[in-house]
This record gives sequence, structure tokens and C-alpha cells, in this order.
Amino acid sequence: MSLSNVFNIAGSGMSSQSIRLNTVASNMANAESVSSSSGETYRARQPVFQLIQQQVSGGDGDYGSSSGMSAGQGVQVVDIVESQAPLRQQYEPNHPMADEKGYVYYPNVNVVEEMTNMISASRSFQTNADIMNTAKEMMQRVLTLGQS
Amino acid sequence: MAITFDSALGIHQSALLVRSQRAEVLANNIANADTPNYKARDLDFKSILAGQSGSGQMMSVDRSQRGHIGGLIDPSFAADLMYRQSLQPSIDGNTVDVQIEQAEFARNAMDFQASFTLLNKKFAGLMKAITGE
Repeated sequence: MSLSNVFNIAGSGMSSQSIRLNTVASNMANAESVSSSSGETYRARQPVFQLIQQQVSGGDGDYGSSSGMSAGQGVQVVDIVESQAPLRQQYEPNHPMADEKGYVYYPNVNVVEEMTNMISASRSFQTNADIMNTAKEMMQRVLTLGQS
Repeated sequence: MAITFDSALGIHQSALLVRSQRAEVLANNIANADTPNYKARDLDFKSILAGQSGSGQMMSVDRSQRGHIGGLIDPSFAADLMYRQSLQPSIDGNTVDVQIEQAEFARNAMDFQASFTLLNKKFAGLMKAITGE
């Protein structure tokens, strides 16, 4: 039944958005994690979203029947990539992590960007939760079919 | 004359099914609201319902090799799942407008309730005819 598919789809959306929120939290927490070389410095992480394509099985699958016409099966996070933006390099010779030239490296996390990312993720999560709630009500209504 | 549920319930059972399928498609659009290159899709309710209530439109698929997909294919199904014309496509190729999708989903839920109420009344009518009170 396709209404139960709505739960899977909205659930995949919620889980993907929570992974996104997780990377935002990680980026924000590490926004000031300095290090003494550019290789060791934390870089902002971003999830890559992708549509889950419907699995079409061979054999006697009922493709083309009522269950075979879905547009997709939700969303998934296929990868988490590190931002390639340049790191912030600051001259702080008294810093304990400073290299021999007196520089420390700050992560390339843009805090403003992360905040808007967080709001967007939380809105999308909320929308998916609403969808799930509506689907639940629709299903509960079907269960009362035939009762006067 | 034989009494069948098909003739007693009329169009409402098909309508309920198509509404639940449309809910799935719209939920998928909303779940992929942030997916790059995802194109929003929707069902054309009218033509699907016309296809479902009409009879003898299914074509069987010939399987000449192993791994081919068998079964019945309704020629109208592929065309019914169409791409939505976006008002404001975003720069990453995504054409989902969450507000539009949410509005469509809410409307679809209301239409689902309407179909359900009509179906329920059909059952209530049958019940009344059987008990005769």
C-alpha cells in the first residue's frame, strides 16, 4: 500500500535532514579548532543528498501495476564532502599551536552560512514530520472504514 | 443481477487509491526539497482516474529474455507521472517549491477525506439495505 510508503519517504527525509543538522553541529563546534598546519585543520563538512531510485526487480515484479508507478523512494545521504574553501591563516606568535613562522590555521567554517543551513534543515525536517503526521491521519481514517 | 462491490462502490475506491499514490509522489517531492538536480513530479489525477475506471486498457509485456520485466503495463501510467513546471528553479537544478508541494499535499489529504467519506456512506447505505431497519 502506498500510504505506508509515505512513512518511509518522510522518514528518509527526516533522517537525511538530521544528518545535515549533525554536520552543522560539528562545523559549529569546530569553528575555532586551530591547528599548526593546514593539513591537520578541520574543514567544513557538507552532506550530499541524492534521490533513492526505485528498485525494479526482475522476474515477476508487478511493475506497471499500481505499486510500480512511484516517482522515487525518498532521499539519502550518499557522501559527506569537505569544503575546499581556503583556511583562515592568522599571525599569532604567542599561540601555543603556532608554527615556526608564528601562524595558526583556523577552519574554513563560515558560521553565518552554518546558521542558515541549520534553519533550512530544521524547516525541512518539520515539513517532513508534518507529512508523516498527515499520512498517519489518512491511514487511521481508512482503518475506520465501514464503521458508522 | 449479481451484486458486486465494484458496481456498488463506484468510482470512490479507485479515487482513494489514486489519492494515496499521489500522497506518495508529493511526499517524495518534499523529502527531496534539498536534493540537487531533483525535478518535482506529480500525477495527473484526471487522466489516471479515467484510465483506472476504464476497462481493458492494460497491455501485457512480452518477455523475450531473462531479466526482462513482465506483468501488465498500463500505457497511460508512464505519461501520468509528469514533471512539474517550476516557477522558480534553483541554481542547483532543483525544481521543488516546498510551499506549493505542501499546499498540494494538504489539498490531496482533503480530497482523500472526501473520497473516504463518500466510500463510507456507500458502506453505510449497503448496511442499511442489508439490515432493513
